[in-house]
Amino acid sequence: MTGSIPSEFKENVVRQLADEDLRQALTKSKGHFTGGRQKAKDNLPEFDALRDKARDIKDHTIENLDFYLEAYEKKVLSSGGYVHWASTAKDAQEIVLNICQSVGATSVNKGKSMIGEECDINEALEAAGINAVETDLGEYIIQIRNERPSHIIAPAVHLTKAQVEESFRETHTHLDPKRVLDEPLTLLEEARKVLRKKYFEAEVGITGANFLVAETGSSIIVTNEGNGDLSQLLPRVHIVLASIEKVVPNLEDASTLLRVLARSATGQEFSVYTTVSTGPRRDEDLDGPEEYHVILLDNGRTGMLGTEFQDMLRCIRCGACMNHCPVYQSVGGHAYGWVYPGPMGAVLSPGLLGVDEAGHLPNASTFCGRCEEVCPVHIPLPKLMRHWREREFERHLTPSSYRKGIQLWSFVALRPNLYQWLTSLQMRILGLLGRRRGRFTSIPMAKGWTKYRDLPAPEGKTFQKQWSERS
Amino acid sequence: MKNPRVALFVTCLVDLFRPTVGFASIKLLEEAGCDVVVPRQQTCCGQPAYNSGDKADTISIAKQVIEVFEDYDYTIVPSGSCAGMISKHYPALFEKNSDWLPRANKLSKKTYELVSFLTDVLGIDSVASEFNGTVTYHDACSGLRELSIHDQPRLLLSSMEGLHLRELDDANVCCGFGGTFCVKYADISNRMVETKTQQVVATGADTLLAGDLGCLLNMAGKLQRDGVELNVRHVAEVLAGMTDRPAIGEPGKD
Repeated sequence: MTGSIPSEFKENVVRQLADEDLRQALTKSKGHFTGGRQKAKDNLPEFDALRDKARDIKDHTIENLDFYLEAYEKKVLSSGGYVHWASTAKDAQEIVLNICQSVGATSVNKGKSMIGEECDINEALEAAGINAVETDLGEYIIQIRNERPSHIIAPAVHLTKAQVEESFRETHTHLDPKRVLDEPLTLLEEARKVLRKKYFEAEVGITGANFLVAETGSSIIVTNEGNGDLSQLLPRVHIVLASIEKVVPNLEDASTLLRVLARSATGQEFSVYTTVSTGPRRDEDLDGPEEYHVILLDNGRTGMLGTEFQDMLRCIRCGACMNHCPVYQSVGGHAYGWVYPGPMGAVLSPGLLGVDEAGHLPNASTFCGRCEEVCPVHIPLPKLMRHWREREFERHLTPSSYRKGIQLWSFVALRPNLYQWLTSLQMRILGLLGRRRGRFTSIPMAKGWTKYRDLPAPEGKTFQKQWSERS
Repeated sequence: MKNPRVALFVTCLVDLFRPTVGFASIKLLEEAGCDVVVPRQQTCCGQPAYNSGDKADTISIAKQVIEVFEDYDYTIVPSGSCAGMISKHYPALFEKNSDWLPRANKLSKKTYELVSFLTDVLGIDSVASEFNGTVTYHDACSGLRELSIHDQPRLLLSSMEGLHLRELDDANVCCGFGGTFCVKYADISNRMVETKTQQVVATGADTLLAGDLGCLLNMAGKLQRDGVELNVRHVAEVLAGMTDRPAIGEPGKD
C-alpha cells in the first residue's frame, strides 16, 4: 500500500498540492457533489426537519448502545447467523481469516467497506494467501493502483479519467492494447467484464453495513453499482463487517436515515440499490449465502462514549463534510494519512488513533463551519476539532513556539495598558516603514504570511491612540 | 426616545491595522442615532487563544471583555467573527460556571455585528453615502454561518447611488484566513486564497468588500502579491462614505 500517515500531514500536503492531476480531479467533482446536495435539499421541504430527526435517532441509539447491540445480536442469532465481537482491528482480521480458512477460501469478494479499510482486511487476506477482490468500481481502481481511498464514498475521486485508463491498460494485459478506453462508460464496461468472472470464483463475500437494524437483525447496504448484492449473494459465506455505532432501533429509523444519507452524499434521493440482508439463505430462498456472519468492531469507539466526542458517533458516513470542506478540496483525502479524511476524519481519527498521532488533522481547519452546516446529523465538527486542540494544549502537544506565542498574546491582551503602549509603538513603526508601498513583501517574523502574500501595512497610529487624542 | 448607548468593540485587527474601519463604524452608528462609547480597557476577544485550545487564557480574556462591556445597551463589533465569539462562544465557555454564565448570556444578547445591527435592530434600509464603482462581496464565514449575515450588507450596498454589486461565485466559501491557520498551514491557506482571488478577479469588480478584516488582509495581500489592481475595503468604509483613504495595503497619498 502506497500511502502516508497522519503525523506527516504537513509533508503530505506539500506533495498533494503539487499534484496537478489531483487539482483537476477535485475541481471536476466539487460542483457535482455540492450542487447535487443543494438541489436535493431544495426539492425536499422537510429536509431540515428530517436532519433533526436523524440526529435524535442516532443520539437515542448511542445513549442506549448496549441495549440495541444486544437486541441486534439476539435477532441475528435467531435468524441463523453468527455474531463476532472485535475489540480491535487485529481481532477483526483474525475473525475474518478464521471464517475464510474454515471454508478453505482462496478468493474473497469485497463490497465497499470503510471498516475493511480501517482493519486493513485486504492486506491480512493477501498475507494469508487469499485473493481479495474489490468489486466497487472506485475501490477496484485504487486496489489495482495500490492506494488507499481518498474519500469515504468516492474512493477514487482523486484520479482523472486518464489516470484510470492508464491503470486499466497496465493491469488488464489480456485485453487488446489497441482498444479505445477514453470514455467513462468504456472504462466501466471493461471493469464490469473483468469483475463479472471473479464473482463466481469467490467462496466468501465481505460487505460493510450502512445500518444494522436491532428490531430485525438485518444489515443494510446502499450502493450505486449493484456490486454489493453480487458480493454477498453469490459466495457460500457472507461476512458483514461493521462498527458498533451502525446499529439503529428499527426499519422505520433506518429509512429516516436513508432519506438524508443519499441526499447529503451525492444529491440522489435514494441510492440505486438499497439491500437488506437478514441471516443466511432459508429453505424457500432461491439464492443467498449458506453462512451469515456479522463482525462488530469497536476499535476505540466505546472510548468516545460519555466524552465530549460522543457526538461523532452519530456520523452516517455520507461524505458531505469533505465535499464542502475547502481544506479537503485543496489537499485531497490522501493528505490526511489514514482511512477517514476531511472534517469527519479530523475528529474521528484522533479518537481512534490517538491525538499524538493524528493531532495535525483537527488543527488544519479554518473553522469555516461549512461541514457542520451540511452534516445530516448535525455533528458540531468545528467544536469537536477545538476540543482536540484543547486536549493537545493541556498535554503540551502543541508546538512549544506556537504555544508561547499564543500565551504571550494573551498576556498582553489581559493587560490593556501594556497592550496599548506596546501596540501603538509597534504600529507606528510598521506604519512608517510601510507607508511608501502600503505593504510588506517580506517580514522575517511573519514568513508564514509573506511566503505567499504581501502583508498590508497598518495605517499608522492605532485606533485607540487616535481616539484618545480626539476625546 | 433616548438614544441607545452603544459600546464599540473595535477588535484588535481594526485597532492595529485599519483604524479607518473604527471611525467608519462610529460614523454609521451616530448617523443612526446612537450614542457611541469606546471603552478604553478593551483589547482582543480571545479568539487566538480559544482556537488554539488555550481555554484558561480564553476564559480570562472573556471575563475581561464581559466586565468592560456588560453595562452598555449594546456592544457593536465591525467583525462577524469577533461578534460571534462574544455572542455564541462566550456562553459556551461558562456553561458550567453559574456566576459568569448569566453575565455572558446577558452580554451575548446585546452584542451585534455592525451591519446587521444597523439593519436588523435599528431597521435601517439605506445609507446616504455615494460610491462610484463596481464592487463584489465576500461572505466571511463566522458572520455568515454563526450570525446569518448575508442579505444585510447587500441591502445597504444596493441603496447606494453609483454602486454596482456583482455577485462572487462561491462567495460563501472560506478565503483561507482562519486566524493562525493562515500561518500554521500556509501552503493550504495559499491554495484557498488563490482560488478565492481568481473568482474575485473573474467578477470584473474594481473593489472587493467583506465584513471581517482578517479575511480582507488575506485577500488583499494575495491580490497584491499577484499584481492585481483591485481595491480591497471593509464594507463599513464604503457604507460610511469614507473611501478617501487609501484601500487596504495601498500606499499613502503623500
